[in-house]
Amino acid sequence: MKSLIAFIKKEVLEQIRSGRVMILGILFVLFGIMNPAVAKLTPWLLEAMADSLAETGMIVTDVTVSAMDSWVQFFKNIPMALIAFVLLESSIFTREYQTGTLVLFLTKGLERYKVVVSKTVALTVLWTLGYWLCFGITYGYNAYFWDNSVAHNLMFSVVCWWLFGLWVIALLILISAIANSNTGVLTVTGGVVLASYLLGFLPKLKEYVPTMLADGNTLIYGTAGKENYMVSLAVTVVVSIVCFVISILIFNRKQL
Amino acid sequence: MDMLRITGLQKRFGDKEVLRGLNLLVPEHSIFGFIGKNGSGKTTTMKTILGLLKADAGEIIVNGEKVVYGQTATNRYIGYLPDVPEFYPFMTAPEYLRFCGEISGIKRTENEKRCKELLELVGLGDEKHRIKGFSRGMKQRLGIAQALLHHPKLLICDEPTSALDPVGRKEILDILLAVKEQTTIIFSTHILSDVERICTDVAFLDNGVAGIQGKLSDIKTRYRSEEYQLETENDTDMIILMQTFPGMKQIGRNKITFCESDYTVFEVLRFVSDRHMAILKFERLEPTLESLFMEVTRK
Repeated sequence: MKSLIAFIKKEVLEQIRSGRVMILGILFVLFGIMNPAVAKLTPWLLEAMADSLAETGMIVTDVTVSAMDSWVQFFKNIPMALIAFVLLESSIFTREYQTGTLVLFLTKGLERYKVVVSKTVALTVLWTLGYWLCFGITYGYNAYFWDNSVAHNLMFSVVCWWLFGLWVIALLILISAIANSNTGVLTVTGGVVLASYLLGFLPKLKEYVPTMLADGNTLIYGTAGKENYMVSLAVTVVVSIVCFVISILIFNRKQL
Repeated sequence: MDMLRITGLQKRFGDKEVLRGLNLLVPEHSIFGFIGKNGSGKTTTMKTILGLLKADAGEIIVNGEKVVYGQTATNRYIGYLPDVPEFYPFMTAPEYLRFCGEISGIKRTENEKRCKELLELVGLGDEKHRIKGFSRGMKQRLGIAQALLHHPKLLICDEPTSALDPVGRKEILDILLAVKEQTTIIFSTHILSDVERICTDVAFLDNGVAGIQGKLSDIKTRYRSEEYQLETENDTDMIILMQTFPGMKQIGRNKITFCESDYTVFEVLRFVSDRHMAILKFERLEPTLESLFMEVTRK
C-alpha cells in the first residue's frame, strides 16, 4: 500500500512538474469560458455580417440565443479537449519504457500492477477535475446569462460524456501496456475510437457502441431519452473495466 | 559462502545464442570483475540475475535463494545499477532517493537518515537541482546511491565506468571500494585497468561461457607466462641475438622477447655472457589482464 501511494504521488508530481497540469488546466478553463462566450457573441456577429449576408440573399432577423446554444458549443468543444488530453498523455507509459526508468523500481520489488493502477488513477483524476471544471464554468455562465433548465437531461448527458472520456483513457492505458512507442499508442487509440464512431452509423449497432455517449446534443434537445443510452452506457463501463484488467495482465508479462 | 551461484545458464535471442551454459561463483565480500567484449552477454547475465529476463536453462541462486523470472523476491538482496541509469528528470536527487526508499518499504525516519548518508557518500549532499541537468557522472553516482539504499547483500553494476571521464571513473571506483565492507560487488566492464585497480575476483566471459574465473591473484599466477624480455645497450648485440635465436621477437628499439619453450633462459644468458653483451634489462613478463583477455577471447 505504501509503495502504491508513493508511486501515485510520483505520477502526480510528474503531471505537475512536466507542465501537463497547467496546459490542461488552461485548456479546460478556456473551453469552459468559450462555450457561453461564443453563444453570447453569435447575435452580435450575425448583426455585424448582416449586410454581407443580405447581399447573398439571407436576411438576419432577431436572433435570440439561450443556454442551449452554449451547451451545443460545449459538446462541440469538449472532444477537442479530450484529443489534447490524449495527445499529452499518450506517452505516460512509453516514455518510461524508452528511458528504462521503471526497471529500477521493478528490481526494488515494486509489483507491476501498482504501476498500471497509479497511472490509471492519475489520468482519471486529471480528466475528471478538468472535465468538471470546464462544465462548472460553462454552467455558471449559462445560469448567469440565461437559464440552464431549457436543456433536457443535462446532468445525464454530461455524465455520459465524462464516461466516454474514461473509456478513451482505459483504451489508452491498455494500448500503452501493449505498444512500445508513442505513435503506436496514438494510432491504435485513435483507430479504435474511429472504428466505434463508424460502427455507430449502422442502425443495428448504434446503441451498443461507446461513441454513442459522445452524442450529447440529441439528449439535451430531448430528441432521445435516457433509456436510449442505457445499453451504450453499460457497454462502455464494462469495456473500460475489462480494458483495465487486461492492461494489468499484459503489463505483468511485458518485457521491459 | 557464495553470494551468487550460476549454473548452466543458457539464453538465446532468436537464433543468436548469447549464453551457452554459463557457470559463475561469486564469493561473499568480493569485488567481482565480470569482463567481456561488447555483446558478449554481460548485461543479459545481469538482467537474468534480476529476474528481468527469462533464462532458457540453468539455475541462479542468490544468497541461497533461487531466482524466478518475473518474481522479484530475491531482488531484496540485490542493488542494481544499470549501464545507463535513467531517473525521473523532474525530481531532485534527495526526492528521488526518498521515493526509492518508499518503494522499497523502508521506514520513514530510517529512510531520511539513509538517504542523507548515501547522498554524502556519493558526493551529492549539496545538490539542489533537478536530475534533468545532471551529468553522466552524477547520474552514475546517484545510481549507486539508489542501489545501496536498502543495504543489499549483492551490488550489481553494469559497466559503471564505461561512459565516464577519468575523474568520474575514479570517483565511482572509490565509492565501490568504500562500500566493499558492507556488500558483495559484481561489476561488468571491459576496462581492464579498473579491474586491476579494485577487483579481488574476475571472470572472463566469452562466447557465452566464463573462460577463466577465480581470484585475480591466483589467475595471474596460474597464467604466468614464460615470456621474457631482454633489452641490450647496443644495436649490434641485438642483431646478433636475433640471428642466433630466430624465434625471438623484436618489440622495440633494442628490445626483444622470447618464450622459454623456444629457448631456455640459461641458454640465452650464457650466450649473452660469452659475448660480453651489455644488457640494460632482463625480466620475466607478468601476465597482464589484457594478454589474458586476448588469450581467452581468441579461443
